[in-house]
Amino acid sequence: MSGSFRTPVGGRIDRLNPVSFSFDGHFYRGFKGDTLASALLANGVHLIGRSFKYHRPRGVISAGSDEPNALVDVSRGGGRTTPNLRATQVELYEGLAAESQNRWPSLSFDAGAMNDLAAPFLPAGFYYKTFMWPAGAWKRFYEPKIRAMAGLGRAPVEADPDRYTQHYAHSDVLVVGSGPAGLAAALAAAASGAKVILVDEQAELGGSLLAETEATIEGKPAKDWLADTVAALAARDNVTLMTRTTAFGYFPHNMIALAERVTEHLPNPAATLPRERLWQVRAKEVVLATGALERPLVFPDNDRPGVMLADAGRTYLNRYGVQPGRRAVVFTACDAGYRAALDLAAGGVTIAAIADLRAAPKGELPARALAAGIDVRPGTAVVGTKGRLRVSAAELAKLRGEAAHGLGPVERIACDVVLMSGGFTPSVHLFSQSRGKLAYDPALQCYVPGASVERERSTGACRGIYGLTAVLEDGYAKGEAAAHAAGGGPVPARELTAEATDTGTDGFIGATPHPRNPAFAKAFVDWQNDVTSKDIKLATREGFRSIEHVKRYTTTGMATDQGKTSNMNALGIVSEALKTPVPQIGLTTFRPPFTPTTFGIFAGAARGDLFDPVRTTPIHGWAAERGAAFEDVAMWKRAHYFPKGGEDMHAAVARECRAVRTNVGIFDASTLGKIEIVGPDAAEFMNRIYTNAWSKLEPGRLRYGVMLREDGFVTDDGVIGRMAPDRFHVTTTTGGAPRVLAMMEDYLQTEWPDLKVWLTSTTEQWAVIAVQGPKAREVLAPLVEGIDISKEAMPHMSVREGRICGAPTRLFRVSFTGELGFEVNVPAEYGRAVWEQIYAEGERHGICPYGTETMHVLRAEKGYIIVGQETDGTATPDDVGLGWAVGKAKKDFVGKRSLARAAMSAPDRKQLVGVLTTDPNVVLEEGAQIVADPEAPVPVPMLGHVTSSYHSAVLGRSIALAVVKGGRARIGSKLVVPMPDRAIEIEITDPIFYDPKGERLDA
Amino acid sequence: MQKFSGLELFRRALGGHQSWQPQWRNPEPKAEYDVVIVGAGGHGLATAYYLAKEHGITNVAVLERGWLGGGNTGRNTTIVRSNYLFDESAALYEHAVKLWEGLSTDLNYNVMYSARGVLMLAHNHHDVISFKRHVHANRLNGVDNEWLSAQECKAFCPPLNISSMRYPILGGALQRRGGTARHDAVAWGFARGADSRGVDIIQNCEVKGIRRDATGAVEGVETSRGFIKAKKIGVSAAGHTSVVMAMAGLRMPLESYPLQALVSEPVKPAFPTVVMSNTIHAYISQSDKGEMVIGAGTDAYTSYSQRGALHITTHTLDAICELVPQFRRLRMLRNWGGIVDVTPDRSPIIAKTPVKGLYVNCGWGTGGFKATPGSGNVFAHTIAKDEPHKINAPFTLERFRDGFLIDEAAAAAVAH
Amino acid sequence: MLIINCPWCGDRPEIEFRYGGEAHIARPADPATLSDEEWAEFLYNRTNPKGRHAERWRHIHGCGRFFNAVRDTVSDFFVATYKPGEPRPDLKETQP
Repeated sequence: MSGSFRTPVGGRIDRLNPVSFSFDGHFYRGFKGDTLASALLANGVHLIGRSFKYHRPRGVISAGSDEPNALVDVSRGGGRTTPNLRATQVELYEGLAAESQNRWPSLSFDAGAMNDLAAPFLPAGFYYKTFMWPAGAWKRFYEPKIRAMAGLGRAPVEADPDRYTQHYAHSDVLVVGSGPAGLAAALAAAASGAKVILVDEQAELGGSLLAETEATIEGKPAKDWLADTVAALAARDNVTLMTRTTAFGYFPHNMIALAERVTEHLPNPAATLPRERLWQVRAKEVVLATGALERPLVFPDNDRPGVMLADAGRTYLNRYGVQPGRRAVVFTACDAGYRAALDLAAGGVTIAAIADLRAAPKGELPARALAAGIDVRPGTAVVGTKGRLRVSAAELAKLRGEAAHGLGPVERIACDVVLMSGGFTPSVHLFSQSRGKLAYDPALQCYVPGASVERERSTGACRGIYGLTAVLEDGYAKGEAAAHAAGGGPVPARELTAEATDTGTDGFIGATPHPRNPAFAKAFVDWQNDVTSKDIKLATREGFRSIEHVKRYTTTGMATDQGKTSNMNALGIVSEALKTPVPQIGLTTFRPPFTPTTFGIFAGAARGDLFDPVRTTPIHGWAAERGAAFEDVAMWKRAHYFPKGGEDMHAAVARECRAVRTNVGIFDASTLGKIEIVGPDAAEFMNRIYTNAWSKLEPGRLRYGVMLREDGFVTDDGVIGRMAPDRFHVTTTTGGAPRVLAMMEDYLQTEWPDLKVWLTSTTEQWAVIAVQGPKAREVLAPLVEGIDISKEAMPHMSVREGRICGAPTRLFRVSFTGELGFEVNVPAEYGRAVWEQIYAEGERHGICPYGTETMHVLRAEKGYIIVGQETDGTATPDDVGLGWAVGKAKKDFVGKRSLARAAMSAPDRKQLVGVLTTDPNVVLEEGAQIVADPEAPVPVPMLGHVTSSYHSAVLGRSIALAVVKGGRARIGSKLVVPMPDRAIEIEITDPIFYDPKGERLDA
Repeated sequence: MQKFSGLELFRRALGGHQSWQPQWRNPEPKAEYDVVIVGAGGHGLATAYYLAKEHGITNVAVLERGWLGGGNTGRNTTIVRSNYLFDESAALYEHAVKLWEGLSTDLNYNVMYSARGVLMLAHNHHDVISFKRHVHANRLNGVDNEWLSAQECKAFCPPLNISSMRYPILGGALQRRGGTARHDAVAWGFARGADSRGVDIIQNCEVKGIRRDATGAVEGVETSRGFIKAKKIGVSAAGHTSVVMAMAGLRMPLESYPLQALVSEPVKPAFPTVVMSNTIHAYISQSDKGEMVIGAGTDAYTSYSQRGALHITTHTLDAICELVPQFRRLRMLRNWGGIVDVTPDRSPIIAKTPVKGLYVNCGWGTGGFKATPGSGNVFAHTIAKDEPHKINAPFTLERFRDGFLIDEAAAAAVAH
Repeated sequence: MLIINCPWCGDRPEIEFRYGGEAHIARPADPATLSDEEWAEFLYNRTNPKGRHAERWRHIHGCGRFFNAVRDTVSDFFVATYKPGEPRPDLKETQP
């Protein structure tokens, strides 16, 4: 394998720009414009990978994105490692370092190839039939072994440092594929003035024209026509050309997802560039010009390195200036094999023979091959190959012979490359993704697009049209029609006449005949997954009749090429085995993506703080400056506690609690959800939405409201102020605000559109500063203007409007701590300034900032519930001691009817209670269960669980809240919290632990 | 039934595997059956299997519109666990896990049940309490589930990112006996087992109607292959349950939503367990083949299209890349959708119906695969005895009328 | 991503909207008079058809308004959108 296979001239590579690269640690040279595959072939390297199951040596089969074999890992270091890249798509750059995969210790000597020797015992689905004994051995023994053998490349182990971006675009006409059909469509659409986007997965536009050396279009060599056409399109303002861009998904309403690879081909990409971009393009009209994929032929040993698709061989020569070998045998079922043979012969490759499955090939190309003196053998098959890490000979046999197997004698012909062509399969992936129905064309032996479902047109080879002139004409017509449908202007007539040799539409699907024992011959259908013709026949023998069953049982079509090379041949084999026409076998569903697509482009910028918006309050900065610890509550960052001088949370919270109970604390409650409910029918609306009665609530008063879902369960609560007869200031839980507003809007708009009420979210408009503690009034009094906050003038549960520290305020007298308390609502932009002034004033009174943990402890001492902690979506108001808040006299409110169902008054419903451990130092675990008898046999009957549990500084002991079956009747009784290591004795108590009469509230 | 074993595989290999028989027959429907099961997914096939095996009822047909195992059975992310909160759910799913543990042997079909552990991540205080509540309740119900600190989560699943993320991991609940199984093999194993006991599995046979007699009891099913008489009909049609039940004039508390899943290209072992995060909406495991199997919650609107929206997939991969940032360079190989039928309380219905002789097993939402053997087992009991097994007794249709809901979703997912 | 025609704002991408479940299920005027069966029918039972479905959507990141739509649940494509209070269009599958 020494010496260069590079031709002296020709191809589209940049011979003035040599590039050095490495593969498995060996250094090679190629040119700019090469792919890794072409450069390796130029260096005579055909062995590039190992197969998935048998670890058989594999080379390059294709020259494009359908490649199943030549998968490599490319690493740029520092987390920039990408496994499973197709060498046929990896563009060469200086310093590129690629490694082969799925082999140990080396590519040429792979211990995993033992599997190949054991292959007779490893047919399709073998793992369903064995590894069942002894029980449990699957997980412990067999599975780890199988897993280690499976997989292809290695996943990166460092975080990916690259960036990915996401974009949206609109176009009148989106053309997918820039072969002759796509270019013609783009020309027509562009001429109409329509906004056109033309995308192609390759580095250059041109598709099949990139490998065309003979044809002429509009009188010019194809190469020149291509250059002129691309230049003409690029010069137009209404045309966007995108290369290295794969249209990977067709989503409803003509939304096409594109993956653009921006830096992968660059040796030193600028840090400003994203690695890839996701484009979501909404196109008025789509033209699919996705071409066709050459089908391999399924014959024994068709997987040796050096066996490749005929048109791929031609592409390596014509486009990359690389001879795929010195001496080729061609195996074909169509004229494309002859075209490749003729081009290769012209490029200096010896064509040892052409075996043609057809008995009497007609047409210009076979005639030219004969005229060129090539050994053409009609009615002949390649029935095997020889060689270890590279094909060294092909075995040919006549299809009609006298031997028992019906074939003629086997003749061995030395070669170093076998080119195969079974014809072409239209690339209908995107069309099928668009939910258009496919139709089987028996003449072409392939599926072609039927009626479109989206505003879409297929053109050229992807709809089974071959022949360059026909393709160009079809493309131009489709482009014109698409532009017209998208509202474009007139398109000038253009005769896109081409001179090219027609390769016809012949082809073959299924497995080709051979004289070997079919039970043992390995003729590969799916190269990567090592699925052979006999595997597929085994599946049909075992009763797997649907193509989906065959696929799943054998794994054919499930490799990283998703059946691009294998699907039609698998169908052909099943069809023959079951004696059933292909269309009745079914077709596996085409799913996105067209080719594997990087996770990173889906995630885009959504990482870390950009994963979800971070909501912070106006006072957040103040808390952060004082070293507060924060916790995530919904999207909010809330100050959890304010540690001082190395305190842990426990110590900080104890100090904060004591401060509130003895002096005064200040707490940022800005995250509370707030909704302004306004209108002449506001009170009526409130009556219907909340369980409470609202009509008689005086302006200037507050009331605690409970809200149910229609199924009767508590969904939210909050303190609500009546600001005026027609205006309520509603507060909700921190996480519940969007849900509550959505539910209110739903009822208001759809059930009660007659009510004159308007709802406005004001969560972000108000900063809320809770000032709580015996000295709260003293702190606020000097700062308030226009409000008498004396005990007499402003009782508990009242609200006043005025000013504080010069800012307008809605001042609530309300408490979630059980102490004298106020909640100062000021417009958000005043929040921090007012907070700082209150804090400054409070310092004389020993004011202490406290966080959510202290808030939780203080409210638990008072038995106040938190919706979502004491309730879990299955609690009624009565369950959590809020029966008093249900307006029983009201005829109706949301959820009322559901409360009348049998289950809602069952005697064993869980009810909110307090829990005291017998040992006051034991703090129960939140979520712990409560039982009567921890020694009961499993399943141990459970009575309830601990919902909140804290150490109470003011009580000098632990306290907890719980919901317990029939709990209120159990107050005073002893129960048990069973932990894995011990049983904790508890007493059920009233849930109010501190100041049960509420005297401190009214201070 | 031909026995499957390593020895048999070896023996038949010598003959080039020519002597393997079909794993199930391809029979023509008979005129009449004792029981017709509508839907040859895992649940329906398991029901037929247990009807034959445990109740001696073998004159059974399983009717399938397409190909067996082609619905949600073949489209799910294969997670098995039983660490549900409520006693009723824990009993049901634990019944299934116990069957999973012996299923390969019982079916003589390797369903590759792999107890790799299922780790559910907590990202906020509410998650922590909720998962601890699950852990304690599970322990008392005899279901394994343990609380891990964030560091212990990392030790159990080293690829996880636990700190440098928007919602850092505060810990997790791990069910070690949970894991994954090979979804297709479950359908095929039950099909083979049922078929060998005389059950007719009839594919490409779409049910078009349910015929009822003058008393209202079922008489049989109208199908694309003619009328088939049946004494009892068990509907196990997953996303299509509403459609089938409407043929008997019943409206169901169900809505059918798309559920998407995706796999990466295969890579060598890189992710040792199943990780689920309800808070950031994603779950991931690695298949035996090496693919990362990824899913999330349902799409937003009801649909039978078996496809979902790109923005849902995008959000799922946001979450995966947040949890495992080194996987950003992995590539999506395939993205697909199933149709899941969701009840108001997110728990299934496995019950008799108001129509005599008509039984229904539905409403599994996103969680049906894990219950497959247990669900089939108790549904078979319900059909055979015309009364529920004690395990599925709470999972009635009437619970929606009476309010005795089994609301796992509400219990797990309410934020505060 | 679907394009949804808000009756007030016109065509907008799906992510601006929120699905609102089956349409034309009016909350009973006097729930107290309903039997448990009737209440459960209102609360829980849904048509869930395979085919044309009358359903509610809200243009939550736009005008904020609810509207009704007829959508084919097999193709996901919309047949019509209409304002609340307007009659439900004929649900028969007359389109090609």
